[in-house]
Amino acid sequence: MNKIIDYQQKKLLQRLDWQDWLYAILLVAGAVFAYVKYANYMDIYEVVFLFGAAAVFGYLGWQWKALGKLVLGVAVVSLFSISLYHGDQARATQTFLLKFLIASQSAIMWMNVLFVLAMVTYWFAMFKRSVFAGSVATALTWSAALMGFVGLMVRWYESYLIAPEVGHIPISNLYEVFILFCLITALLYLHYEKNFNTKQLGGFVLLVINAAVGFILWYTFDRQANNIQPLVPALQSYWMKIHVPANFIGYGSFSLAAAVSAAYLLANKGVLASRLPKLEVLDDLIYKAIAVGFAFFTIATILGAIWAAEAWGGYWSWDPKETWALIVWLNYAAWLHLRMVKGLRGPVLAWWALVGLIVTTFAFLGVNMFLSGLHSYGTL
Amino acid sequence: MSSMRFAVSMLSVLGIASIIGTVLKQNEPYSNYIIKFGQFWFGIFETLGLYDVYHSGWFLLILLFLITSCSLCIYRNSPLMIKEWRTFKEQATEKSLNAFSHQEIFTVKSTPENANLSDTKQQLLMFLHAKGFKYKFKTQTDGSELIAAKAGTNQRLGYIFTHSAMVIIFFGGLLDGNLPFKVQEMLGQKRIETRDIAESQVPAISRLSTSNPSFRGNMTLPEGTSDNVAFVRVRDGYLVQELPFRVALKDFRIEHYATGQPKSFESDIVITDPDLKTPITKTISVNHPLTYKGVAIYQSDFQDGGTKLNFKVWDLFARNNLTQKLDGAIFQKATLGGDTKGAGANVVKVEFNDFRQFNIINLSPDGKGKPHNVGPNITYKLRDAQGQAREYVTYMQPMQIDGKYYFISGMRETVQEDFHYLRLPVDDDLSINGFMDLRAILLNDAKFEEIAHRLVQNVAEKNKAADGKVVASNQPFEKSVVQLLRNFAKGGYNEVARMIEKNVPEKEREMAARAYIKMINLAAFEAYNMSLAANKKPLLTNNAETQTMIQDSLNGFSDMFFYGTPYFLQLENFEHKEASGLQLTKSPGEKWVYLGSALLVLGIFSMLYIRERRIWLLLKPSSHQVHFGMSSNRKNLDFEQEFSLYREQIRNLVVSD
Ligand code: HEM
Repeated sequence: MNKIIDYQQKKLLQRLDWQDWLYAILLVAGAVFAYVKYANYMDIYEVVFLFGAAAVFGYLGWQWKALGKLVLGVAVVSLFSISLYHGDQARATQTFLLKFLIASQSAIMWMNVLFVLAMVTYWFAMFKRSVFAGSVATALTWSAALMGFVGLMVRWYESYLIAPEVGHIPISNLYEVFILFCLITALLYLHYEKNFNTKQLGGFVLLVINAAVGFILWYTFDRQANNIQPLVPALQSYWMKIHVPANFIGYGSFSLAAAVSAAYLLANKGVLASRLPKLEVLDDLIYKAIAVGFAFFTIATILGAIWAAEAWGGYWSWDPKETWALIVWLNYAAWLHLRMVKGLRGPVLAWWALVGLIVTTFAFLGVNMFLSGLHSYGTL
Repeated sequence: MSSMRFAVSMLSVLGIASIIGTVLKQNEPYSNYIIKFGQFWFGIFETLGLYDVYHSGWFLLILLFLITSCSLCIYRNSPLMIKEWRTFKEQATEKSLNAFSHQEIFTVKSTPENANLSDTKQQLLMFLHAKGFKYKFKTQTDGSELIAAKAGTNQRLGYIFTHSAMVIIFFGGLLDGNLPFKVQEMLGQKRIETRDIAESQVPAISRLSTSNPSFRGNMTLPEGTSDNVAFVRVRDGYLVQELPFRVALKDFRIEHYATGQPKSFESDIVITDPDLKTPITKTISVNHPLTYKGVAIYQSDFQDGGTKLNFKVWDLFARNNLTQKLDGAIFQKATLGGDTKGAGANVVKVEFNDFRQFNIINLSPDGKGKPHNVGPNITYKLRDAQGQAREYVTYMQPMQIDGKYYFISGMRETVQEDFHYLRLPVDDDLSINGFMDLRAILLNDAKFEEIAHRLVQNVAEKNKAADGKVVASNQPFEKSVVQLLRNFAKGGYNEVARMIEKNVPEKEREMAARAYIKMINLAAFEAYNMSLAANKKPLLTNNAETQTMIQDSLNGFSDMFFYGTPYFLQLENFEHKEASGLQLTKSPGEKWVYLGSALLVLGIFSMLYIRERRIWLLLKPSSHQVHFGMSSNRKNLDFEQEFSLYREQIRNLVVSD
């Protein structure tokens, strides 16, 4: 009878050990603490989101241990950073640790630096076929994610230091969502890296991330976009807290798909073919990334419609951002149809996914730059 | 029409249409398009409906095609999907298993207890159960037994969900679209109104009754007023939508952050309706609408509600500094000039267009500093007797630019242009009077000789202090100063430049210009002090600060000639009155759209994340073999891996002991 045990997969709950339970308890404790302390300032939706976030991160951390560690790491470092502020924003540039490491702005700068280093290391690892360098690159990417999330968390806190009424979650303008984009894309990549053991793709994905890093730097130094701005009335809504992240999981996945497609096309031409994963693996990855992206992008667009119905009086106004979201969505719907219904595979779909990134980038950035509309809060 | 190719081409057209719709700004006033494209292209684009792509007939037609295509597709594919969803495919035979790409035959060790493979069968069933497969048996004619198993067939429902969702969403969208109006318009039962007339004058043909199922209109309510109609914008005109109730605005508030950016817009509204015993009183704000009788009322924007204004009007070209009073209100008109009845050739109509209490502007020279509030401004048009109008924007308070304060007023001749600004420096009391007094003296040629005289004397005194020489007077020099001031009074620096061009040889022009500018500066300094002395105020001392003030005043004086009007309206007082912009919508399709959205998400997740897999296990006691076959409707890596895994696990189960 012991043969049966062999093939039986354990259910999630059976697989948990004491560390997992400790992790869950910490998350719940954190949520309860926040609730007890701040319940007076939250509406019912925000309470649901608070516990919802604890549940989601709990589940994700159980499924993917490394992510759980990141969540704890971000919590510890952010809380430490916040404790150094003593409620005074000026200390961000006075206290040594804050100024050079974990004030929101410094942490974000570290994120930028670490992403660049990670990219260089990934490419080095690929050319030298070095397993060690590959692990270093992975570690650098994780550290970048840690610093980025700490930066956002502390920025959230800082916004409340400016004035309680100014405080808001830092996903409200182009500068902040670019950071979110880098972080989500990096995490999605790390997830695939773990599941498919594809460190060779890191260099490609980080190219996209570092393009965003370049934008963040330009936006910071040329436009001072890093200054925290209060929210315009239209953005003061709990919907923002789920609409924006859902969108960026979509954008991040599509970018990942495009990066892998670039690798696919190179390998298909024989370039780097011996170093890159097999074509079938790449093809599968492109599909999986687009599938995740499509699902979340759909949810994000629907959430956006519900929000629009509440803020602007109509769920669909053909505002440029909405229209371009539809174009992006149709583009990937067509992609999925070709693959599933027509059974198409290979370079055509890879090219399509690559070009898809241009469409996506336009929807994400171009609309804000060139077109005006109801979503005009993010203009350059 | 149910073909995918048709659907994809329709989707592409939809995509292109959408791109046009975002690149070409939609629903602008038609005059803007005429200016942009010229009459010819404007006409063509209008016929194509490009100014309101998303409500044009052809766009709706594409949507209709898509609905039909999607519905036909569902109609054609659903039976198959449902069959696939239910069936175990237990009809498979040995022969069909042999044709599978994923199959394996295992030979089971023959033992007495397991002679008819009953043990093996038991174990295989437990295996299938553990993997989450459902199964069915079928005995074959040769006595062998087939176990047909399936998992994840709910994926097939995903197809139905996703595609019905599309139909439902489009259907909801059409309900909320303006299709009924389009039909009525084609039949000649309704017509848009394009004239700018009072609401009560709008004829019935341009009015929509309260029974209209779906609309999206706007209502602008000044504080303290009420209304029971909304305006629906259509192309370059509008329709009047009657409402089954009356909305009154008690108060409208804008709250601001400390930096001056708006924090919230709120309207206290009261709804009255014969059906209501007591009126509904509610505060709405952005993101917090109110729904009554199926009509949702949103805070959408705000504008002026007829703010009362009191001005002091300066005549920039008068040789005195007398002013007159002017009272007005936003959206009203006033007159300046003309004879006592306000008529004649030089009468000017003032049209007060907008008042803004807060203006957040970034005044730092490199644009990098923080924007801040510079206080109220007023926008108005001055229309002369010929009907020509110029637009002006004037700020009430002096603005700080590069550390100095100026009164700012901008002028433009057409809406397309940027404003050209007149910058008038403040005096020591932060008022405009210093400049106005100086201006009056510099225009008054009766004063020029005195100015010239004082100038010469001052220079003489300075020289005396320097080298002891005494010069009592210098007639020719004084004359040239007077001449210079006369020219300056005629047109500022421009006039002086013209004079130099006429009288001075080219080589010496630059030097002459420099000398003249210096002289004008010195003269203006004297003039300024003369006016200060007349007002019994302390005189200016000559230093860098006063010199820039004089220079700025002279620049302002010169720019005055390009201001397009002698009237400078200085806002002294206002009584702010705001109007709230409400949006009223009735959208019966909303429920359908949300229902469709929920189905869509459900469907997409089932299609992408449920994987349909089938396993056949043919137990053949005669040969003591188990024939294992596996298939999936999606061939991908996951399936390959799963197949290899199951093959080995089953091998372990049935082959070894
Ligand atoms: C409004 C237009 C349409 C939209 C937005 C749409 C959307 C979708 C989506 C999102 C999927 C899921 C793809 C996936 O599995 O990831 C899908 C699959 C599919 N669509 Fe469409 N679709 C449309 C029109 C059509 C039409 C006209 C047909 C008719 C031939 C069609 C046939 C299919 C089929 C056969 C599948 C795959 C089902 C499966 O194998 O499970 N679609 N569609």
